[in-house]
Formats: sequence, structure tokens, C-alpha cells
Amino acid sequence: MAEDRRKERLDRGIKVRTDGIYALMSKRELAYLTLPRLVLIVGMLILPLVLPSMYWQRVISIVCLYALLALSFDFLAHFVGLVSLGGAFFIGVGGYLAAILNTTFGLPPLLTIPVATVLGATICTLLLFPCLPLRGVYFAIVTLMYPLVMGRIIEALDILGGTDGIMGVESFANPWVEQYFVISMVLVFLFGVRRLVNLDIGLVLRAVMDNDQAVRASGMSITRYKAVAVWVASCMGCLAGACLVHIYMWAGISLFALDFSILPIAATVIGGGGTLVGPVLGCFILVPISELLRAFGTLRIAFYAIILVAFIVLRSEGLMVYGRRKYHQFERWVQV
Amino acid sequence: MSRQPILEVQDVTKAFGGILALNRVSFEVHEGEILGIIGPNGSGKTTLINCITGFIKMTSGRVFFRGKDITGKAAHKIADMGVTRTFQIMRPYYSLPAYKNLVIPLFSPRAKRTGGWRGGGKLGDRNTVGIDILEEIGFERDSFVPYKIASTLPTGYLKRLELARCLALRPEIIMCDEVFSGLSMSEIASMVPLIERLQMDGITVIMIEHRLRELFQVTNRVMVLNFGEKLMEGTPEEVMTDGKVQEAYFGSQKVEEVMTYA
Repeated sequence: MAEDRRKERLDRGIKVRTDGIYALMSKRELAYLTLPRLVLIVGMLILPLVLPSMYWQRVISIVCLYALLALSFDFLAHFVGLVSLGGAFFIGVGGYLAAILNTTFGLPPLLTIPVATVLGATICTLLLFPCLPLRGVYFAIVTLMYPLVMGRIIEALDILGGTDGIMGVESFANPWVEQYFVISMVLVFLFGVRRLVNLDIGLVLRAVMDNDQAVRASGMSITRYKAVAVWVASCMGCLAGACLVHIYMWAGISLFALDFSILPIAATVIGGGGTLVGPVLGCFILVPISELLRAFGTLRIAFYAIILVAFIVLRSEGLMVYGRRKYHQFERWVQV
Repeated sequence: MSRQPILEVQDVTKAFGGILALNRVSFEVHEGEILGIIGPNGSGKTTLINCITGFIKMTSGRVFFRGKDITGKAAHKIADMGVTRTFQIMRPYYSLPAYKNLVIPLFSPRAKRTGGWRGGGKLGDRNTVGIDILEEIGFERDSFVPYKIASTLPTGYLKRLELARCLALRPEIIMCDEVFSGLSMSEIASMVPLIERLQMDGITVIMIEHRLRELFQVTNRVMVLNFGEKLMEGTPEEVMTDGKVQEAYFGSQKVEEVMTYA
């Protein structure tokens, strides 16, 4: 038994290369780096073409919206240190804005989505601004209050359509436009956020997470950088909300439902926090599983919970963290 | 001394509930000077720095930097004016390599204005400037040390990194909170010339220190705190021979007696 065990750690040399500065030496190494990215991009782009029915294509649209939320959660939690349970708040603000812009002002989806994204993110950031000095679990619990409060206010004051919601929102021109729009948005934000966290401003955001006192001692306002990060994150959330409203052609209080806050966290745990692509992958696993389990009727949630627990117990580091480690060992794997 | 002091602290008082951590502490520092602050544990040294740099709000008192009132300003605004501090418990960005630790202060508005330490007003690539600063502060450029993740660096380098973070802002004042503590004798010996270099570069230094021998090598004016009150101020010789100071450190016994037990 002892003879076929290695004496050397596999990941040492590769860790040095991937964590620091490295140069591409050959076409093989170029392929080594680009292959996973290409698989992701091509895979997502052909997904609508290979799916059997309209029903599953619609599921993919919803998956992508959750993926945007999960991205926004992962970015805030693992690159800025703010654990936000405000996913539903972002969805609600973006969704209602898009619905109002479309039904009251008659703007087409082509305009409502970008306007709702930018304006919604600004509104979310302004409303969350008083909470920014909070950290950890305190920030989490306060952000959880926001969607609950918004839903109750709309219900109690009977504004914005009250419990009926806003009906008659224009849909996307056709399902293909809808599919490819949300898929390309996920890809754009995925690679955009990856780029952002490695820029100098991204380092400052990570520094706020690591050690906010040292950032203050360096002459920078931590509240300001947290606000920038929350704005970026709520952009993704509001974009998802605006798309959701145009997909369902309706905006209602259920936009503030807690699913939008909780599922992205489950997806992040399953996919691997801090990897950005992991949470996206997590959504591509969790949401379809939830749809498949509809066959079990009321037992659906029980099975869903079991699957979730199994993932967390058996792969607690997250699929992408595990997968990335194995991939970096792969080169040596074949030689051993 | 007819010049205006670079930092003027007037009657700073800080109460934490019932505890009076600082009681009407006043002092002045002139440009280019190195002032030592000593005192037994719990005498309010770190609290004094926290109050001056805006990390905690003082109960009463005034602080003037170059004649401008900076009392009660936000910590990042005070740092932006050039009044910087190190932390006694080092606060690097543990997940980042050493040189990336300096990208963060170099990203600040002050570094953009001043160009970083010796930047001449124009800030180049932050990674390169960061490695330049690290080299000046004792990280060997051609070794792997500047590229190591901060959590894997030994204490000596982390203390230097604390100083480097201040230097990246091109500061006017650096307040060092026990930069010698936890270091070996040889590490301290290599830090002392560094502090002297800061002075030659025209930076005013305030040093909180327990290592009196090394402190007295670099400074000729020392302030003593005890139970939040300023006990005295003077040259190292005056401080060492003062009866009140000896009592604060060693109790009522005579220094000679303590030394014979040691």
C-alpha cells in the first residue's frame, strides 16, 4: 500500500505559479488557462439551443437571474466583507422601477432595463448607506429587513398596485432575445467582476474586508469604498430584477420574497465562495434540481434540503474550489 | 523655540465610562523632531495616539496640526493631511503579498497628490512604487520576500510593513506604536538606522516605546505618562534620574535595589 503513495505534494509548484506572476511558455499552457473559460462561455451560449422545451429554456433564464444575484452576493461577501441578505431588495427595487418605467412612461425594455439597473442601484445604495458602518452579522440582519419592510409598505399603503402588483409589463421581443440577453449579462458581469477585484480599486475593497482600520490609517474613507461596492452589487441585483419583470410581464410583492436572498447564498456555498464562477455554477445546479423535484409534490422541499445538506457535508469547500485544485493538479496527475 | 510647532496637543482628556484614560495631556512637537513617549502598561500611550489620529473621539481637548485645528476630524481625513500612525498589533492585509499591501495606501488621494514617498509629485505604477518603498525599508528587492503573502511574513517584516504603509502616503508625521516590541536584538539594531533615516527625510516621528535603551539612541526628548497623566518631559538623562518616573516604573523602591535583584 505504501509503495504506490506519492512522497511529494502535488500542488506546491503549481500554487507558486498560479498565485503569483507567471508567463505563458507554450501553446499548451495557453490552452491550460483558456480551456476552462472557453468551456464555460461556449457551454452557456449553446445551452438554449440544446434544451428540449420552452419550459426548460424559461428555467435557464431564471437560473441566469439567480446567477447574477449569487455573483453579487459572492462579490460583497468574499471581496468586500459585507454579508448581504438584501438580494430580494435589489430584485424588488430593480423590478418595480422597470415595471413603472414601462407601464407609466412607456419606455421599451431596451431602455427600462439599463435605466432600472443604474437608477435602482443608486436608490439601493442610498437606502443602505446608513447601514454601511455595520459589519458581519449586523449588516446581514439589517439588509434582511429591507425587502421585508418594502413588501409590507407596498401592501399597507396600497401603492404601486398594492397586492395586485403592476400588470401588463411588456415582454422581451421573443424567447431567443430573452435567453441570450440574460446569458450574455451573466458572462459580462462574471468576467467584469473578476477583472474588477484584481484592479487596484478591487485590492482596496479586499483591504476593507481584511483590515478596515488600516485602510482608514491610509487616508481613505471605508464608507465610500463600501458604497462603491454596494452600488456594483446592487447593479447586478437590479438588472436581474428588471429582467425578471419583463420575463413574467408582472411586478408584485413577491419580488421581495426571501428566495432571492437565500438561494444565492446556498448556491455560493455549493459552488465555492470567493471563486465568482462557483456561485454561478451553484445556481445552474440548484435551480434545475428544484424544478426536477416538482415531480415529488409536497416532498419537494424535503428532498431539496437533503440534497443541499449532502453537498455541504460532502463538499463543504464548494465545487469550484475543489475543481480548481484538482484542475491545477491535473498536469502532474498524468505523469505520476 | 519661536517656530510654530508642527503638532500641538492641548489638554487632551479621554474617559472610557468611569475610567479616566487620559487626563489633560498637553505637549508640542516641532518639525523634524523625534519625540519619545514612555510609560508603564495602561498609562494611556496608545489611547493618546488614537485620540490624535481620530481613531477614537476624545472627551475634551484640542489638537492642532501646523496651526490648523484637527480635533474630532475623521481618521482618514487626518491621515490625508499627513498625520499617520502604525498599529501596535500589526494590521497588514494578510491575504495579499507584501508589495500589494502598499498598493492600497498608494491608491489614496494623498498618495496621488504627493506621488508616494519620494515620488516627486507624480505617482508611477503602484506595484513598482510599492516594491521601491519596500526595498528602502529593508525588504531585499531581488529576493522573494516582497512577493510573499503577508500572513507568512515574520514579525520583523510586518513591523517594517507598518512603517512602509505610512511612508507610502509621504507623511509629515509618523506615530510609531511600539515598532521595536517583539523583535530580536539584531532586528532592533537594523530598525534604529531606519528611524534615523526618517528624521533625515524631514519626517517628524513620535515613538511609543518600552525598549528605552534603543529609544534613547534616536531621541533626545521624552515624555512620560502614568495613569493617563503627563508625569514629566525632558532629556533621557533627566527622565532616568527623576524620582517620580522611577516610582511609576518600579514602585517606591530605589532603582539600585531593583537592579541588584535582577
